[in-house]
Amino acid sequence: MVRRRFSFGLVSRLSSPIYGRSPCSGGIWTPCLGQKRSFMTAKDLVESEEPEKKVTNRINMFSAINQALHTVLDSDPKSYVFGEDVGFGGVFRCTTALRDKFGRHRVFNTPLCEQAIVGFGIGLASMGNRAIAEIQFADYIFPALDQIVNEAAKYRYRSGNLFNCGGLTVRAPYGAVGHGGHYHSQSPEAFFCHVPGIKVVIPRSPSQAKGLLLASIRDPNPVVFFEPKWLYRLAVEEVPVDDYTLPLSSAEVMRKGSDITLVGWGAQLAIMEEACDEVSKLGISCELIDLRTLIPWDKELVEDSVNKTGRLLVSHEAPVTGGFGAEIAASITNSCFLRLQAPVSRVCGLDTPFPLVFEPFYMPTKNKELQTLGL
Amino acid sequence: MALRQAWQKAGKVLNGGALVSPGSTFARALSTSSDPLTLEIPVPFKGHKVDPPSSTVETSAAELVDFFRTMFVMRRMEIAADSLYKSKFIRGFCHLYDGQEAVCVGMEAALNDKDCIITAYRDHCTHLGRGGTVLEVFAELMGRKDGCSLGKGGSMHMYNKKGGFYGGNGIVGAQTPLGAGLAFAQKYLKVDGVTLAMYGDGAANQGQLFEAMNISALWDLPVIYVCENNHYGMGTAEWRSAKSPEYYKRGDYVPGLKVDGMDCLAVKQAVKFAKEYSLKNGPMVLEMDTYRYHGHSMSDPGSTYRTRDEISGVRQERDPIERIRKLLLSHEFASVADLKAIEKEAKKEVEDALAKAKESPSPDAPELFSHIYRKSYGAEAYGADRKESTVKLP
Repeated sequence: MVRRRFSFGLVSRLSSPIYGRSPCSGGIWTPCLGQKRSFMTAKDLVESEEPEKKVTNRINMFSAINQALHTVLDSDPKSYVFGEDVGFGGVFRCTTALRDKFGRHRVFNTPLCEQAIVGFGIGLASMGNRAIAEIQFADYIFPALDQIVNEAAKYRYRSGNLFNCGGLTVRAPYGAVGHGGHYHSQSPEAFFCHVPGIKVVIPRSPSQAKGLLLASIRDPNPVVFFEPKWLYRLAVEEVPVDDYTLPLSSAEVMRKGSDITLVGWGAQLAIMEEACDEVSKLGISCELIDLRTLIPWDKELVEDSVNKTGRLLVSHEAPVTGGFGAEIAASITNSCFLRLQAPVSRVCGLDTPFPLVFEPFYMPTKNKELQTLGL
Repeated sequence: MALRQAWQKAGKVLNGGALVSPGSTFARALSTSSDPLTLEIPVPFKGHKVDPPSSTVETSAAELVDFFRTMFVMRRMEIAADSLYKSKFIRGFCHLYDGQEAVCVGMEAALNDKDCIITAYRDHCTHLGRGGTVLEVFAELMGRKDGCSLGKGGSMHMYNKKGGFYGGNGIVGAQTPLGAGLAFAQKYLKVDGVTLAMYGDGAANQGQLFEAMNISALWDLPVIYVCENNHYGMGTAEWRSAKSPEYYKRGDYVPGLKVDGMDCLAVKQAVKFAKEYSLKNGPMVLEMDTYRYHGHSMSDPGSTYRTRDEISGVRQERDPIERIRKLLLSHEFASVADLKAIEKEAKKEVEDALAKAKESPSPDAPELFSHIYRKSYGAEAYGADRKESTVKLP
């Protein structure tokens, strides 16, 4: 069966009108060619992974994101990048050289006003443009929470599909960075996962970031794209130079295993990989899954995996209570109850504000993973 | 005649070689007189919907010396914080206030302990002004137990309950509605104090500020909105981010005053005036025209968006400490040697505090879980090194 790993179309797997599956939703979306992934097992997904030989560059995450933004602004004249300090390249250099190449009318700085930045982006998107708003740190996204929850997420629904702001993508660096303290380290993804109408996407590496960002921008739904700031410089890998997208709402099995399923996203996966390597020396084979899109999440893939292994561990940096791991745990317990051989465990941040000096205690470290795995 | 010459000689020796004018005592030329003294403020005030106060300010020699001493301590403290950061004793974020000392020192001269201050993250000196100590500041910066917030807040979150200093807030603009609330409490409880809600030129474009101004004007709250306009919101110049960089006019129906923020006496006059106005009539906006020598934070060199000439120009012409120094010397309230002695004392104070702060221990593990709620809940924490440590909280 011919299956292309990197598709240029998007598969919308839910049938409700909220996700704009109908082809008449504004023309920014090409319908995919009848791929029904729900009957695929994780095994099939991984086995068909043989990408064609591509030209790649060894770059870090902020460069990959920069490339994705260059590609979008190149290919679509009605796309714009804006936010605080994006003009000179941004505090994390993700928007370097965009203003020089595409001009001040398409890449521009905004004043310090998150609520207005997102609101403005919603308005721009509702007229059929691709508005790529940058929030400087995810910790600052809260003034814009009202706009995202009440305006962006519900626009298509409450207008009966007359209008939508699918062209909106909100990008924000999230997560711990070692010394960020209370207001430069938060992981607020759980707040957004509670809102039907938007998508939440989190990449784990430079190549994933480029593909997922291109997919998010071209997706006909508003997307909140969290970038793990710890990996901006630290993560370096071969990234294809051309334009490619990775499918949204599609989790990826990073390594196959048979004893336990581990689910995570973003920078936490690096920690989980280390833990997997350590337990494999003791003969425990872990299946590691990168969720990639948090809502709508790839329930089938995780269910198939848990049905195979019988155990699940979810890990994220955000505090454990009410984090997205809770949703995964509840959902999997519901669907795979008879197959589970142990309760679903979560290795997450502690239920405290993100601390300054206590950061090493707060974080879900490799040792905490190992402890929970029972060693 | 010979006796006089002998006294003068003795005076020279005791004063470290400086010339002592014949009229003053030879033991200390430093004037601690609190006799009233009137001075003219060189840069006039600009008013918006209010008549500006007179530019003649009442002060005294003792007050001027006090300004000098306090500002010098603040300057040394910030510079010490700079080197602490570079030697990695301080991690995370550190936003330095040097250059802007006149604002908080001038404010304190017009306020008392019934007033409250709330500001954003550039708060080390504001904390000192409200009664904090240099030791508390250093310990907090390094995340140690003796810090004012028990080491749990860090550079951006310094608080002082007794001094009515409500911090130290990370999200810009978010502290302004809090300021309106503090003022409401003061008015309701008839405390006879005002609240100074401080924010920067970057935060001046946040919606919450205008919401707060509307509420305080509607209910005549005794709050003074102080915009510390150092002309750069992180790296963005004011004219790039604000359609109207005349921040004292942005209150619209709220009267405003533009003040030279590098002049202690001007700040004192303005805050005194605003306090009287506010207690009777409601909110007022004060725009302090000031400047910061360092970048936005320690990770910002401060020279990519402004020229080094600009920085050194301001330092030469408008430095607040130099201004007071010139005043003191020209009015002969102090000699060069006196000022040097004060500087030496200040440096010593800062160094001692630094040494003591370095010895202070890190907060204990239970502090990670305490004060999340008022009554702590029992918690178990796994240590970072695979040893389980159970934290029992009261």
